[in-house]
Amino acid sequence: MSVDKHVVKKIARLARIHVSEKKSELLSADLGNILNWIEQLEEVNTDGVEPLSSVNEHALAWREDIVTDGEMPEKVLKNAPENAGEFFVVPKVIE
Amino acid sequence: MSDLLKMTATQARNLLLKKEISSVELLDAYQTAMEETKGLNNYVTPTFEVAKQMAMDADKAYSQGTASSLSGLPIGVKDLFCTKDIETTACSAILKGFLPSYESTVTSKVWKSGGVMLGKLNCDEFAMGSSNETSIFGPSVNPWSKKDGNNLSSGGSSGGSASSVAAGAALMSLGTDTGGSIRQPAAFCGVVGLKPTYGRCSRWGIVAFASSLDQAGPFTRTVEDSALIFSAMAGHDPKDSTSASLKVPNFSKAVHAGIEGLRIGIPAEYYVDGMDIDILELWKKGRAWLEQAGATIVDISLPHTKYALPCYYIIAPAEASSNLARYDGVKYGKRIEAETLDEMYELTRADGFGEEVQRRILIGTYALSAGYYDAYYLKAQQVRRLIKEDFDKAFNEVDAILTPTTPSPTFPLGAEVSDPITMYLNDVFTVPANLAGLPGISVPAGLSKQGLPLGLQLLASHFREDKLFSTASAIEKQAEFSLVPPRAAGDLQ
Repeated sequence: MSVDKHVVKKIARLARIHVSEKKSELLSADLGNILNWIEQLEEVNTDGVEPLSSVNEHALAWREDIVTDGEMPEKVLKNAPENAGEFFVVPKVIE
Repeated sequence: MSDLLKMTATQARNLLLKKEISSVELLDAYQTAMEETKGLNNYVTPTFEVAKQMAMDADKAYSQGTASSLSGLPIGVKDLFCTKDIETTACSAILKGFLPSYESTVTSKVWKSGGVMLGKLNCDEFAMGSSNETSIFGPSVNPWSKKDGNNLSSGGSSGGSASSVAAGAALMSLGTDTGGSIRQPAAFCGVVGLKPTYGRCSRWGIVAFASSLDQAGPFTRTVEDSALIFSAMAGHDPKDSTSASLKVPNFSKAVHAGIEGLRIGIPAEYYVDGMDIDILELWKKGRAWLEQAGATIVDISLPHTKYALPCYYIIAPAEASSNLARYDGVKYGKRIEAETLDEMYELTRADGFGEEVQRRILIGTYALSAGYYDAYYLKAQQVRRLIKEDFDKAFNEVDAILTPTTPSPTFPLGAEVSDPITMYLNDVFTVPANLAGLPGISVPAGLSKQGLPLGLQLLASHFREDKLFSTASAIEKQAEFSLVPPRAAGDLQ
């Protein structure tokens, strides 16, 4: 199996990673090989098997719905590539 | 005192308590060794000044009688743990320059117990890799070498953590293990590596890779040292809802508990094609050693073992694709400027993430996308349950399971990078424990015919790290692995 170049482009778009034309060809073979190898999972009979998303058997703990942290905009913004006042700055999104 | 590097953490601690050595002296010896072994490329950010202050504080604590379990012991930290105001990059270009405003729970606990931070250690980018070669800083080099002198891989992803301890450039170190990232490099470098039960240590403040699999653990030269530092790392943390609210037992006791009457399982499915002959022989030896120490060997079956790797390579990338969505050029790290927001995201992520990380994000995105979710992600989660159930059944019969840690000894840098699947196969024996959430330990147990270290792995049921320490200690005693790698610091030789 190979993953079609257009599919690579589509996934890359979903993942917000720019993929050049040339790279999408390389990736199409690369991802195809990996997915081929993964397809051996189809041999396993999983009828009626409940999916396991976490091995954690303890019920998640409850806590009071109160603020435990916050009021530190400088710390939150400290590592931002660009900020203005108490805001992150991004390219214009509304015309 | 030139013997400082040769001491185990337990020995150093005893001498510190008796005031026969000082923390500052011990730190000096390690900082000299760090300089001397710079060529191994283990430290990406040494923290000399911070270390000095911590060592002085530790000496003060010893003189005032307030020393804790790790006071004055020099410890290196994988660059995946957030350390307050100290650059934390996950060895990725996208996080270059990131200065966390908080400290991870595990590292804070270690510093609270008196540990002295030597610096941040090299690893694969976002912990994705088995050879430390995906690091933006270049690979960590294994202090062991063959006659040809070529640079060998330290393993990965916690390569720098393993190599530094083996080379005498850290007394102990911290790493993380998502699919074998502690145990495999520990085996490759000839040190002890522990991956605790999922939920035993808090994941808070550790750069997330695959949240249902990630666990922090220590690298040490002995099993006793492993128990010492692990006791300081473990415990419930309200900031990680998956951390278990269980009491942390005294693990040091378990080290000397003996294994009389324990039942040890040997899984038939771990005999895989292409396994190194030296490893097969060592596995046999390990079996005999445990028998001599009073354990009963039981043949067991873990029928779904073969499917653990492909299962892992859906689940881990799926979780990673979600976890790594936060690196968007807005909140921290790198940004490539562009006209539109989407373009900015796409260019930033294409530039900031390395090849393997991009590959895994794309696989994960594919597995989670509409139309493929059931066939890949759901299927993998179902297989994951079957793998866990195999272990549940086995642990009804046995106290621990003995396997090799890796199917082969380490390999030259550059040898396996071109084919992702060959690289993935390094983790064939370690991945199942992550999928099932079990604790595992790798103990150095011998050398290959070419003079490279080999490790044996022990697995136990959930929260029974005590049994790992008892059995690993029995292996350690009989294996008498006390060899020093040729490229270690001079004072360790």
